[in-house]
Amino acid sequence: MKANIRKIATFVEETQTEMGRKVDPPTRRAAAVAVIENPCAGKYVEDLSELTAIGEELGELLTQRAVAALGIAANTAESYGKAAAVGENGEIEHAAAILHPKLGTPVRKVLGKGAALIPSSKKRGGLGVVLDIPLGHKDAAFVRSHFDGMEVRINDAPRANEIMVAIAVTDSGRPLPRVGGLTKDQIKGEDGLR
Amino acid sequence: MPEVRIRKKLSIVEEIFHEGGSPPAIPLRRAAALAVIHNPYAGQYVPEIASFMDDLKPLGLDMARSLVISLGGDAKVVEGYGKGAIVGSAGELEHGALWHVPGGYAMREVLGGAKAIVASTKKVGGPGTRLDVPITHINASYVRSHFDAMEIGLADSPRADEILLALIMTTGQRIHARVGGLKAFEIKGEDGLR
Repeated sequence: MKANIRKIATFVEETQTEMGRKVDPPTRRAAAVAVIENPCAGKYVEDLSELTAIGEELGELLTQRAVAALGIAANTAESYGKAAAVGENGEIEHAAAILHPKLGTPVRKVLGKGAALIPSSKKRGGLGVVLDIPLGHKDAAFVRSHFDGMEVRINDAPRANEIMVAIAVTDSGRPLPRVGGLTKDQIKGEDGLR
Repeated sequence: MPEVRIRKKLSIVEEIFHEGGSPPAIPLRRAAALAVIHNPYAGQYVPEIASFMDDLKPLGLDMARSLVISLGGDAKVVEGYGKGAIVGSAGELEHGALWHVPGGYAMREVLGGAKAIVASTKKVGGPGTRLDVPITHINASYVRSHFDAMEIGLADSPRADEILLALIMTTGQRIHARVGGLKAFEIKGEDGLR
C-alpha cells in the first residue's frame, strides 16, 4: 500500500420518494472516500508521480468499496464520478496528480466497462470542506437522466497535510428524470459519449 | 395513527486506521443509519403525538439491523452507540423527542439487551444541518475510552415538513484512547453506568 490512509468513509444514499411520488425502484448511490497523507505537502515538488501511483491504488480500492456498499454486481453500475480535496498545505495540482493520470483504469476494470469520461471536481480546503462529486453515465456521457452530483463531507478532513479522495458509483440516475435528452436504453456505447 | 413515510435513507461507515499514532491491529469502525421521514405534525401544534413512537418502532429496528450489517453482521462487535434527530423548520423540538423510545428500544433489541442509556441529541434545523451525535459504551456509560461523537447530516434534509432520524453504532474505543478513567474490561455491567 503506497498511500498512508488515515480513514475511509463510505456513504450510501437511497431515495424512496420525491415530492410525495414513489421512486420505484429507489435510486441508490454510494461514495467511498479515503483520507490520506499528502506526501508532497508543505513544499513545491516537481515530480508528482508518487501521487499518481496513489491514485491508481485508490481507484481500485475505492471503487470496490463503493460497489460493495451498494451491494450490486460491479457490472450493473450505471454512473460514476470522482473528486479530491487537498488540505491547505497542498496544491490543487496534487489533486490532479491523483485523479487524472492513472485512477480511471482500475475504476473501469472493477466495473467491467466505462467508455465515458469520469466526471471530476477538485478543490483545496480545510476540515469539513464539502466535496461535490459530479456524476455521469459510465458508458455514454450524454445520458441526461444520469447527470447528477453527490455531496460528501467528513468533519475532520482534510487536515493541512492530507488529501480526501472520493469515488462515487450509482445503480441509477436521478430519482424522477424528465428533462428529455439521450436515455440509457438508446446508448450505443462506442465513443463514450452516446 | 400516522404512517411513517420515508423519503430517503443514508448509511455512513467510517473505518479509522490511525490519527497520527501507531495504527491498532483492528481499525475502529463507526456506522450511522439515517432516515428522512415526513413529519406528520409539521405546521401546527398537535397536543397528542406520543402514539407516533409505536409507529416508528419498525423503522428503528430496520435501521439498527442495517447498522449491524454495515459493521459486518455480528452484533457482538458493537461496543458504542448513540442516536439523534433533526426536525425540519415546520416542526418542533418535541417531535425529535419521539425518537428516544423507538430508537433506543431498537438498538437494545438488536444488540441483545445493552444496559447503558443511549446517548442522544436533537435540534431543529434546515437542509444540510449537521448534528454531532454523542456516542457512549453500550453497557456502562462511564467508560471513558468510548466517549465519542460522529457528525452526520444530509445536504437536502430535513425539509421543513420532515424529520431526519439517526442511529449510530461503533466497534470500539477512540482510535488512540489514552486519557484514563473506567476501562471497558473493568465494567461490572449491573447499573448501566459502571
